[in-house]
Amino acid sequence: MLEALDKRIIAALQDDLPITPRPYREIAERVGVGEREIIERLRRYRQQGYLRKMGAVLRHREVGFFANALCAWRIPPDKIAEAGEKMSSCSAVTHCYARETHSDWPYNLYVMLHAQTREECRAQAAELARITGYDDYIMLFSTKEWKKSNVRYFQEGEEEI
Amino acid sequence: MLTKFDKALLNLLQTGLPLAPQPYKVMGEQLGVDEDTVLASLRRLKALGYIRRMGAFFDSARLGYVSTLVAVRVAPQCLPAVAAAINAQPGVTHNYEREGDYNLWFAVTAPSQEAIEQMLQGIRELEGVEKLINLPATRRFKVSVEFNLQ
Repeated sequence: MLEALDKRIIAALQDDLPITPRPYREIAERVGVGEREIIERLRRYRQQGYLRKMGAVLRHREVGFFANALCAWRIPPDKIAEAGEKMSSCSAVTHCYARETHSDWPYNLYVMLHAQTREECRAQAAELARITGYDDYIMLFSTKEWKKSNVRYFQEGEEEI
Repeated sequence: MLTKFDKALLNLLQTGLPLAPQPYKVMGEQLGVDEDTVLASLRRLKALGYIRRMGAFFDSARLGYVSTLVAVRVAPQCLPAVAAAINAQPGVTHNYEREGDYNLWFAVTAPSQEAIEQMLQGIRELEGVEKLINLPATRRFKVSVEFNLQ
């Protein structure tokens, strides 16, 4: 269970980690606890699955990955787990989720693909079709980014959870 | 242009920052340089815009938040206004125009299912929104945004 102090620590970690010799000490000072306490709690969050990663996410276009496609697949429901695991093992796949369907939208498995060009994205999708044996999919290339940001947890004024 | 060292540093940084009092010093030891070199390089790479975010990434579901992917069919002339209205909602993290039958796709994370439902109802009523489908995840297989720089 997360206590009030954990929520304050998590809220204080929503901004980038300082690029200074003792970054965790700076966070600790903001929260009003010791550096060792912060580091120990972070280790615990990681063990318990609260913290997915302490590290960086790059701007994909700036590092040369210009094309991205949301690729939606139609997989027999009882084969989703197997297909999802196979697709996840591919390094080009950054996200893989099974999702609900709708009457006009039968796709139930989604992957995000990133590559330098659209052609490469298409080749990656074809490779996923080959390794899973399912080829009923559509590729939704992005044409404009309207927003990309991060979630901010446990902010003031937010309803209590 | 990224140097060979920049790429090695960014690759290491994507896999994780050490949970130790001097994380940049530990990274320097792994890369065979001193702490100051790591700090200076990171400041430069950040200033140049290569790093979108460097810090803690939490699992929203583990923290008790609900998230979903939403597809919207919007009349093309209304797209900018609808996109702006969606962006103004708290918890919207991604919003992309895409090719296809549904031309606007956004992801949202909120403290409760009710908060999401309420927000979606508001978006359905916007001018130009022809159809909206909510596509909540039933299972997560992978989230790992790492780009191997060579």
